[in-house]
Amino acid sequence: MLPMKTETAPTLSFSRRGFIKISGLAYSGLSLGLMLPGRAAAEANPAFPAPGAEEFAPNFHLRISRNGAVSIVSQNPECGQGVKTALPMLIAEELEVEWKSVKVVQAGFDQRYNRQVAGGSGATPAVFIPFRTLGATARTMLVTAAAQTWGVPASECFAQANAVYHRSSGRSIGYGKLVSVASTLPVPDESDVTLKDPADFKILGTRISGVDNPDLLSGKPLFGIDQTLPGMAHATYVACPSFGGKVKSANLDSVKSMPGVTDAFVIEGAEALDELVSGVAILGVDTWSVFKAAKALYVDWDIPASVKAQSTDGFYAQAETISAGEPQKNERSDGDVDQAIANAANSLDAYYTYPYASHANLEPQNCTAHVTADRAEIWAPTQLPSSGRDLIADHCGIPKENVFIHMTRIGGGFGRRLINDWMVQAAVISQRAGRPVKMTWSREEDMQHDMYRAAGWHRLRGAVDARGNLVAWQDHFVTLGVQNDTKPGRGAGMSSDEFPCRFIPNFKLDSSIINTDVPLGWWRAPGSCSIAFVTQSFLDELADAAQVDPLEFKLNVLGETAHPGAGKNDPEYHGGRMSAVVARAAKMIGWGQKLPRGEGLGVAFHFSHRGYVAIATHVVVTKSGSLTVKRATSAVDVGSTIMNVSGAENQVQGSIVDALSTAMGLEITIAGGAVQQSNFHDYPLLRMSTTPEIEVEFLTTDFPPTGLGEPAFPPMAPAVANAVFAATGKRMRSMPFNKHDLSWS
Amino acid sequence: MSKYTLKINGSSHEVEAASDTPLLWILRDHLNLVGTKYGCGMGLCGACTVHLNGEAVRSCQLPVSTLGARAITTVEGLDPQGASAVQQAWDEVDVPQCGYCQSGQMMSATSLLAKTPNPSDAEIDSAMAGNLCRCGTYTRIRAAVHLAAEKSAAHA
Repeated sequence: MLPMKTETAPTLSFSRRGFIKISGLAYSGLSLGLMLPGRAAAEANPAFPAPGAEEFAPNFHLRISRNGAVSIVSQNPECGQGVKTALPMLIAEELEVEWKSVKVVQAGFDQRYNRQVAGGSGATPAVFIPFRTLGATARTMLVTAAAQTWGVPASECFAQANAVYHRSSGRSIGYGKLVSVASTLPVPDESDVTLKDPADFKILGTRISGVDNPDLLSGKPLFGIDQTLPGMAHATYVACPSFGGKVKSANLDSVKSMPGVTDAFVIEGAEALDELVSGVAILGVDTWSVFKAAKALYVDWDIPASVKAQSTDGFYAQAETISAGEPQKNERSDGDVDQAIANAANSLDAYYTYPYASHANLEPQNCTAHVTADRAEIWAPTQLPSSGRDLIADHCGIPKENVFIHMTRIGGGFGRRLINDWMVQAAVISQRAGRPVKMTWSREEDMQHDMYRAAGWHRLRGAVDARGNLVAWQDHFVTLGVQNDTKPGRGAGMSSDEFPCRFIPNFKLDSSIINTDVPLGWWRAPGSCSIAFVTQSFLDELADAAQVDPLEFKLNVLGETAHPGAGKNDPEYHGGRMSAVVARAAKMIGWGQKLPRGEGLGVAFHFSHRGYVAIATHVVVTKSGSLTVKRATSAVDVGSTIMNVSGAENQVQGSIVDALSTAMGLEITIAGGAVQQSNFHDYPLLRMSTTPEIEVEFLTTDFPPTGLGEPAFPPMAPAVANAVFAATGKRMRSMPFNKHDLSWS
Repeated sequence: MSKYTLKINGSSHEVEAASDTPLLWILRDHLNLVGTKYGCGMGLCGACTVHLNGEAVRSCQLPVSTLGARAITTVEGLDPQGASAVQQAWDEVDVPQCGYCQSGQMMSATSLLAKTPNPSDAEIDSAMAGNLCRCGTYTRIRAAVHLAAEKSAAHA
């Protein structure tokens, strides 16, 4: 039996007061010493991956067993952004273990982990130093344990490849053999722990394949939709096609009599569009039975007349009028745009639009739940388990501390699964049915009950002076509110210092809102994903108006200066960092080469999530107007360290394909307050044959590392639109691009 | 509800289900072979691709009553160690992001390579046209198919 962890054992049981105090601390403080993990913690939360009784577990993220096995706990949801591989690499690097010896274990939701969310490209900046500190602290303790064992000063020892070495004698001892002694040591202060010099990194900065690949590629049950529980019913949910509609009556008896159907009932739901919406739950022996029953279900819906009247045609017409009139609100005004335009050598007006888009996660929304009167255990592919926990507690009448959430692998996030409307449905169905259920949405239900990427409309004015400098920029941005006429919906806002703000003397941003009942959600690079198309295309138009090469014009606007953010928490925008990636992407595409008519190069850039990304494209447009993107080159500056080169490149490649897919063909339209698209025949994601060649280069700079799940998305659409203009002289001012006639003669 | 005997990954399985139940849901819900994925239910996305007598087919479009004694292979049956040339290539190229579509992608690729051991980019694009990847890993899939072809040639 191991000695007691006398330094820390009392903190294993924690009061509510202590819990709150702890949960507000940074990772290092949280995890090191204040409260160590133990079996008691696992008993309290079945989703917490407990360490073994005889493991060295100096914090909540790593365990070493007596046979030397190393486990690193991944606390964040994995939706394809690669955190389950990249973030444990930070810990392993400082722990001085070989990557092949590491087993990564997925954590469930547990408030003792900070920031269990997949969103905002935020994990990298949040944990880059704290996770390394976790590894370095454990390494320091193992070195101390070895020094004590040998009776030599710790300064004479060093760690390497899962062992501690004594420099002068050449003795070594494996980590596994140090577990007993290390477990008795106090956890050192952060100030006594030294992080490695990045020049000595062995794991970070290399190419590491995804830790889930072996299970993923052999079909193991990793995803939410793969979970099964004993005695489980399969279920599906049917909500009103028109948003906010409520069930008046339904042919439940007829549905219940169908083969394979075991139950069907109405869930009244609540008012909010993003929580528990009114609908019908159908339960049965397999998913097919309940999907078939859902098609045979007839519901008389109570739909407000105001919702029935809503359509995207109507929104577009409203926006066209509103954008030309007095704005509701001025967001920012620098200099004097009117005066600058009056004095300018050339000025331009333009009107840009983009549609609603659906996340279309390939794994439809689903959740497996076992909920009783006072306890819920949930298996969910969620990007934000804490909000799912709160919703379930609220709608099932269960104390929050009795809601336990296992975080499964996620078959695509893209922001959809930050909203947990589907999670609470499964929980309520299970509680009402009195048995475990797996609830799966049909593709049609998924596409028609998304939290959509907002459509938007921009009426722009801009001007250049006689020397070709950009001198004025004005945007009247018309956006969407959700049951709100003063506040934009999720992801529908625009930063008041959006580019080219801060880079030019005269800048004005106004906004107006159209109030609707169409639910909105965060998309990949919310706001940026569509706004960059507008700003980077109009910038290209102004270069043309100035008769300056677009690359030269853009580099001239960017300059080399770092501009501070508007508020103290807003990031600076460094012109020099952006200029460098723009120049590099352009060089990679072969900027300046002579191309035949119908071929063109375009370049665009965008700053989001503190990342600097430029993309250049080479397009071919046939005389009949068929558009092909041959090549896309991207240059990316996300700071000093690319943690996992393979994963990072994959994010950029994927962002480029995702952005091209969205720009080319994706559009959600509304009629009668309901979405008109239903599956991939009318929401045509890009396929392999239309994927361009893609090249990715990282420019490492002396800045803290930042995230890469999102910032490579925004520049792609305008890079294509700008290249199409170069190829054909046709300017596309709306998405999707496949609606434009690009033919030429 | 009727009883069917199916030949899946070399073994015989008895299931009881409605005659129009697609193979996809037999695999997932009745036999707990969940590597085969549901994406669209209309044969549009390819996530549910399996082999029927070696041919890549969409299991969401195949009613259980039509299967008879034909041999069905799923991703779980590609290789006893999960290490077929295609699976190895997918790991080495580090294809997956979310990974949800990849079993369907690998089933299509395996079927392609069985008929066309050394495919061109155009042949790959054509054979893989029915498989969507929402994360956009297409360039890596193409590279992995080429690598799998090399691996198979080396072992031939």
